[in-house]
Amino acid sequence: MNDLVPGASDHPGTSASTPPSNERMSPDGELTRRQLFERRQRRRSIAIAATSTIVVIAALVILVPKTPGWYKVRRSFFDGDVFGETFPLLLEAFVKNLQIFAWCTPVILVWGMFIAICRNVRTPALFPLRLFAAAYTDIFRGVPVILTILLIGFGVPGLGLTRPYNSPYLWGSVALILAYSAYVAEVFRAGIESVHESQRAGARSLGLSSTQTMRHVILPQAVRRVIPPLMNDLVSLQKDVALVSLIGPIEILRRAGIEKSKFANFTPYVGAAIIFLVLTIPETRFVDWLVARERRRTSGTTVR
Amino acid sequence: MTRRLNNRRLSGRHLAGVATLALVLAACGGDDGDSSGDSPTETAAPAGDDCPTIADGVLTIATGEPAYSPWVENDAPESGEGFEAAVALAVAEELGYTGESVVWVRTTFDEAIQPGAKSFDFNLQQYSITPERAETISFSDPYYTTNQAIVALEGSPAIGAATSADLVDVKFGAQAGTTSLSFITDVIKPSNEPFVYDDNAGAKAALEAGQIDAIVVDLPTAFYIAAVEIDGASVIGQFPADAGGTTDEFGLVFEKDNPLVGCVNAALASLKESGELASIEQQWLSDKTGAPVITVG
Amino acid sequence: MKLVLEGVQKRFGDRTVLAGVSLEVAEREVIAFVGSSGSGKSTLLRCVNLLEPIDDGRILLDGDDISVPGLAPDPIRRRIGMVFQSFNLFPHLSVVDNVALGPRKVLKVDKRTARERARELVARLGLADRADAFPDQLSGGQQQRVAIARSLAVEPEVMLLDEITSALDPELVGEVLDVVRELKSNGMTMILATHEMAFAREIADRVCFLHEGRILEQGAPEQLFTSPREPRTQQFLQRVIDSGRL
Repeated sequence: MNDLVPGASDHPGTSASTPPSNERMSPDGELTRRQLFERRQRRRSIAIAATSTIVVIAALVILVPKTPGWYKVRRSFFDGDVFGETFPLLLEAFVKNLQIFAWCTPVILVWGMFIAICRNVRTPALFPLRLFAAAYTDIFRGVPVILTILLIGFGVPGLGLTRPYNSPYLWGSVALILAYSAYVAEVFRAGIESVHESQRAGARSLGLSSTQTMRHVILPQAVRRVIPPLMNDLVSLQKDVALVSLIGPIEILRRAGIEKSKFANFTPYVGAAIIFLVLTIPETRFVDWLVARERRRTSGTTVR
Repeated sequence: MTRRLNNRRLSGRHLAGVATLALVLAACGGDDGDSSGDSPTETAAPAGDDCPTIADGVLTIATGEPAYSPWVENDAPESGEGFEAAVALAVAEELGYTGESVVWVRTTFDEAIQPGAKSFDFNLQQYSITPERAETISFSDPYYTTNQAIVALEGSPAIGAATSADLVDVKFGAQAGTTSLSFITDVIKPSNEPFVYDDNAGAKAALEAGQIDAIVVDLPTAFYIAAVEIDGASVIGQFPADAGGTTDEFGLVFEKDNPLVGCVNAALASLKESGELASIEQQWLSDKTGAPVITVG
Repeated sequence: MKLVLEGVQKRFGDRTVLAGVSLEVAEREVIAFVGSSGSGKSTLLRCVNLLEPIDDGRILLDGDDISVPGLAPDPIRRRIGMVFQSFNLFPHLSVVDNVALGPRKVLKVDKRTARERARELVARLGLADRADAFPDQLSGGQQQRVAIARSLAVEPEVMLLDEITSALDPELVGEVLDVVRELKSNGMTMILATHEMAFAREIADRVCFLHEGRILEQGAPEQLFTSPREPRTQQFLQRVIDSGRL
């Protein structure tokens, strides 16, 4: 006789021969059958995960150093002395990356949003805007960012601008903004198009204008929906800021490269990677938290 | 008959899998006895020949991609035209390799001076001999002594400098990873950080765009840039060869501890003695010396 | 006449959905449209509040032609409120903010006043304790009542109710119909498209049977439901009775 266990797990076969759970009710008598089952499942999963993790880590820690090339690879990538000497220089260079990122990001978000909205205008009179937006995204997503940076970073100043108006920081940032806005615009556009038409119907029926509808009804929903892919693009941008080094500024990856050449050692890049991770990991967790908080605030129950 | 899922059996299977993985790792780690980075031995030289090359009967020489004038003309080192192309071929001839038995390959500037096995017998791309680099690769004796020079456009604030102190407010540019860049930061010590580029092409673009006031490169390259590559540029100064305390000399780059170094050094010595090295220098780099000297101070 | 439709036609591609609908609606009158799915009820309502442009005919509000091509629709839409089958509440705004958005942006009321009035309106519809909740946290009946409040907040002169109980569980329908009853007793001019025959019968001053894009028959509910003249009206009603909805 088969006993159907409620809240069935993905492990087949847990069934009939286990004693009925009310016999295993704990003395305080408070836990339900389902809670007991779930607790058992949890504990078993944790035990398996912990055991296998420990074994794999032990295997790596014990066996990798026994490989013949380990000493040289370690020295080449994880040299403590080189790390110590180069890390402060990397941090100093990183400030430039942060600055460029800080002033580019808001402009990218705004300009990208503008392009996305342009692509969505419906009135025939504004058709040139639609065309412009489509051409813009095609061009700047198609052209490699490197080319955009070189063309704008060297080309525009080369037309005859004087210092400080020909600064590579300025024009490199402009290039990044132009390029990344195209990607961000497409992300926003996807968000806007994912908002159901009925939302627009509801808003217009109240007498809200097209602009008011976009601003108060469509965009707030669209933006909330595309936060994950948007974060993707922003993290990507943080790394692509390094491309500004092509036109001169010594940002973190260029500094790592200079030190690499000086010491003939790759450890500076590992240092740079650590600095990036220290920035990007908390940043993405923070945004995840914001999104989760918003979702908790506005929704009903979630399906498990 | 109902099957009862046995906790222990599941973990056991799990552990067995991981243990197998561990054994496989250990097995891979086990073979190939000794570890140090010796030169590749697969193409052993014929018995008695203590000048081994990586490919039998052929000398593999490497240079940059592209290779610039006056070091290599027209990016065609096989022609022997250009200072470094000529030196390389002269060395090859001394070692007994001519014509078809000299093979050219290209590498980037950086990859040749990283540790590890090489795809060439020796590499020449204006590599300055430095102790840091000598830890990971081996240099031949110097084949050229160079000095740093400054290229600038008309009206540059660098013009007219007599000592390095006059250059302290100049915005410099240089190629990453070169001794020219170290020269800027360690000897000239300007008040603001130089701009750094992947190659001299970037530095040239920046000079023309007015983003930098001057480029620091070795003297022959400086003349080439000024004469051919940028309109209105000139070599506005050069530093003494021993400026900054050390003399900047170029050496051929070999994989670390390559026995071929000894053979090549013998070849270079012979070329110096016979005057052939000097005449090659005269042929390709002779008119490149007339810029005002800037002292360090 | 509050609202007049003259020969309204609407095509989608080569499919004619409204084939010439003419109707006069007096102030305070409640008209119910019945008919099978696809008969054009929703389309008709969407044409009246200019969500869809009509292909032929005219629509007059207080004697002014509102169907002139190129006319700015926003002021008209404020005067003609619409409530949808799928509520269409704004999920990122609380109930109060949903209801206050219209007054703030269309009537230019300041934010605090708008929210206060929204709270009062929502309370009048029996949702005072849910005023700060979000749409996803409400039941269907509650959401629809909020949708009605939202439409009322911009002080419309006519209300269009498009199958507003069709998406609701039966036990939630009652609370929404109560609200509609109250609207009627407050004198709102309304046009409803509905499947709730009993309700249409109770509340409508006039029932129109829409068939294949035309009003086949119209009359007082008593007359249409008990002794329809057209055979097709009879067929339709028979089907409705058979399915137990009348």
